[in-house]
Formats: sequence, C-alpha cells, structure tokens
Amino acid sequence: MNYTFDYGWLLVYWPVLVKGIGITVELTLVGGVLGVMLGIACAWARALGPSWLRPFVAGYVELIRNTPFLIQLFFIFFGLPALGLRMGELEAANFAMVINLGAYGCEIIRAGIQATPSGQFEAGASLGMSRIQTFRHVVLIPALQRIWPALSSQIVIVMLGSAAVSQIAAEDLTFAANFIQSRTFRAFEAYFVATLIYLALAIGLRQALRGLGWTLFPRRTAR
Amino acid sequence: MNRRHLIAFAAGALLAATQMPLPASADALATIEKDKVIRIAVPQDFPPFGTVGADMEPKGYDVDMAKLIAGKLGVKLDLVPVTSANRIPYLQTNKVDLVISSLGKNAEREKVIDFTTAYAPFFNGVFGPADVTVKDAAGLAGKTVGVTRGAVEDLELTKIAPADLTIKRYEDNNGTISAFLSGQVELIATGNVVAAAILARNPPKKPEIKFLIKNSPCFIGLNKNEPALLAKVNEIIATAKTDGALDAISQKWLGAKLPADL
Repeated sequence: MNYTFDYGWLLVYWPVLVKGIGITVELTLVGGVLGVMLGIACAWARALGPSWLRPFVAGYVELIRNTPFLIQLFFIFFGLPALGLRMGELEAANFAMVINLGAYGCEIIRAGIQATPSGQFEAGASLGMSRIQTFRHVVLIPALQRIWPALSSQIVIVMLGSAAVSQIAAEDLTFAANFIQSRTFRAFEAYFVATLIYLALAIGLRQALRGLGWTLFPRRTAR
Repeated sequence: MNRRHLIAFAAGALLAATQMPLPASADALATIEKDKVIRIAVPQDFPPFGTVGADMEPKGYDVDMAKLIAGKLGVKLDLVPVTSANRIPYLQTNKVDLVISSLGKNAEREKVIDFTTAYAPFFNGVFGPADVTVKDAAGLAGKTVGVTRGAVEDLELTKIAPADLTIKRYEDNNGTISAFLSGQVELIATGNVVAAAILARNPPKKPEIKFLIKNSPCFIGLNKNEPALLAKVNEIIATAKTDGALDAISQKWLGAKLPADL
C-alpha cells in the first residue's frame, strides 16, 4: 500500500463539516420531537381511537413502513412541486423525517399501549378520570416507559438515515463529506472523518435519550 | 519468447504505431476522390453526438456532419465507430481520413494532428428560462443555481460566484435536471449537451443559455501535412455555416441554433 494519508484539507474545509453537523443535528431534533408526537397521536388512533379513523392511520403507517425513505424524500422534493406544493430541501428533509419516524414510532408506541392491562384503564375510570386523562396519566406514560429503549433506537436509526437527504442537496454531514471528497479526492479521509462524527453523534444521542428517559419516568425502579 | 517479452514487444509495437505517424499518403484528398470513399471516425457512445439507434444505424450530430461532408465531396461514406480513447490513434494509423468525434482542441493534440475550423458548439454555462434575465456572473447575486456536484461547471461557478449566490449541488445530472424542472432552482449551470437533453423532453420550462462559463467547441481532426483535405473540409464547414445546413443539424441534435461566435 503506498497511499499517503492527508488530513490537511481539514484546515480549509472544517466550516463545511461544522455546518453539516449543525444541519444533521437540527434535522434529528425536529424530526425526533415532531416524529414522536405524530407517533403518539397515530398510536392512540390505532389502538383506542374512533373506528372510522383507524383505516386511514393504518394506511399511512403501512405506506411509509413499506417504501424506501429515499423514494419518500424524492417524491416530496421532486414530485410534489408538480401538484403546486414546493418545499425547500430542508423543509422537505424535515417533513420526510417526521412522517417516517411518525409511522415507525406509531407501531412501537402502540405495542406499549396494547400491553397495558385492562385493569389499568378501569383503575383510571374508577378514580373519576376522563378518557383523555386516563390516556395521558395512566396509559401513555407507562407505555412510553415500556418501549423507550426501542423508541430510542428508532430515533437513532432516523438520524443515521438522514444521510439520504444529501441527495436533494440538503447540506447535512453526508453532503459535507461528499462535497469535500469531490473537491480533494481524499475519499478515505473524508468518509473516515464523517464516520467518526456520525459515531460520536449516535452515541451522544443514545446517552441523551437515556438521560431523558430517567427524567421522564423517575418512578420506575427496575431498568 | 516468454510471456513478459511478448507483452513488452506488443507494447513496443503499439507505442511505435501510435507515437510515430505513418508517412502520410501522397494526398489524402486525391486518394478519397480516386477511391470514391471517405472513412470518418464517429463516436458510438456519446449522445447526442453519436449513438447507435434501435435500427443499429449510427446517428447523431457527428454522424450528420460526416454525411454532410461525404455528400459535398460526392463520395461514399464509410463510418468507423470509435471511442474517445482510440479516436486519435485511428487517425494516426491511417484507418480513417477524418475524426468527427466531438474532439476538443488542445496543445497536446495539436502536436500530433491538425484541426479544421470549429463545427459544433460545446460549452458549459448558466441556463435558465426566458423570463429570467442574467447576463454575467455578477447578475447571479441573490439567485439560486443548481449544479452537479464536482463537475467542471461546479468548480468554475464556485470561483466566479458572487457572495450571495446560493449554489445547490446535486448528486448527478438527473438530480440537477429534476431540480430545474420541478422549480427547486431557478437556474442551472451545466453543459449545452445536458441542456439539449432537457429540451428534447419538451418541458414547460426551457433552459436558454444566459452566459458561458467555459467554451471548448468541437473540431474535425485530420492528419498533419494534408493541406488539400484541410482546405476542402474548411470550405465545406464555412459553406454549411452560411447556408444554414449546420444550423439545421444543431437544431436537430442540440435544440438550439449555432452560437454566433462559432
């Protein structure tokens, strides 16, 4: 092997990387928060909601879970303008990530809700709570607690999947790595640095979600 | 002779064949007129300049140009498909009389072969719909331009871009074309060949050239020391430019008339 490693480009291109990290983090935050909220709403609808609503939610969930993320992204970015709905690349990326996590999150959270023993609903009712109150205090929190590790993993997967948004010229971390690679032809170094950054981001996100879990569900003893 | 010697011998022979032009035949034009046939190298894998159609017939800008020249000379046309790597060796080894294969001119090539005047436009530039007025790089201020990441036009545009120009870099030409057609970007920086591919789909938004970034028109290549053939082909090109024949070929394959400066 007679390849000389050269990281000199970092001196020139680090702002591109920093900007890329910023966009990836922003996409993950917005996608994560709104995606989980959408997931909760859909899980409620599928598990406890009115029967006329269930097929629509089921249709959305199955549509998203059975098509590639990249195709969803291209459809939103390149396809929807034909219907007069034009989004910039960041809005399109955020939108795609929210509806993607919303669908996967729905199924994970629904599993948590359906695992709730029926006695718990009855306990809520006997305390004089309304249906909404019962859902909020008696069902949702324990359900989220039960599936928090699975949901955390799904959020990390969505963050790593956000690499696809570089394909619609959203300037995330993957775009930065591709950009640097095409300017310097230092493929190994550019992707190696990007790999390390993604690894650090994923580990950091996992730790943050764990901490958030401890804050949200302090009563639980066994973890 | 073992294998290594054989390879060395073959490589040497190849080098000799490509590096030392054979002594030019007395007069290529005279030979063409005597044999009533002209052999012309055309591309087979570079649309819209030269491709092979469904009927296995070569077609394209370069093929039509070859037909035009053969027609004006009044001789039979023998098309020889070449690749971009072997088009000059074909000429040097006298397998063809002319190379019409979207050949650009540079100093290295000028050392080994001669060029006629330019016959086809080949350039990178900024393209946009008719209602967007941009005349130069400074006029791009505040606009959004799509480009294929890492392409020549990306590098050149980045150099001349005003501070508040937004450049959107797509993964490949299809991404750039889709971004333009779906209105995600107002303008694109690309080659005239790519713009022609967009025009060929007859879209609602037609990309028109706004200004050139890099211009490297195509020339016809021929062997050195063939003044008679060179003069004759130049004369045919000059006539074709004035009588509209070349404009028609350009309109057919590139979707636009010849640029005035060609």
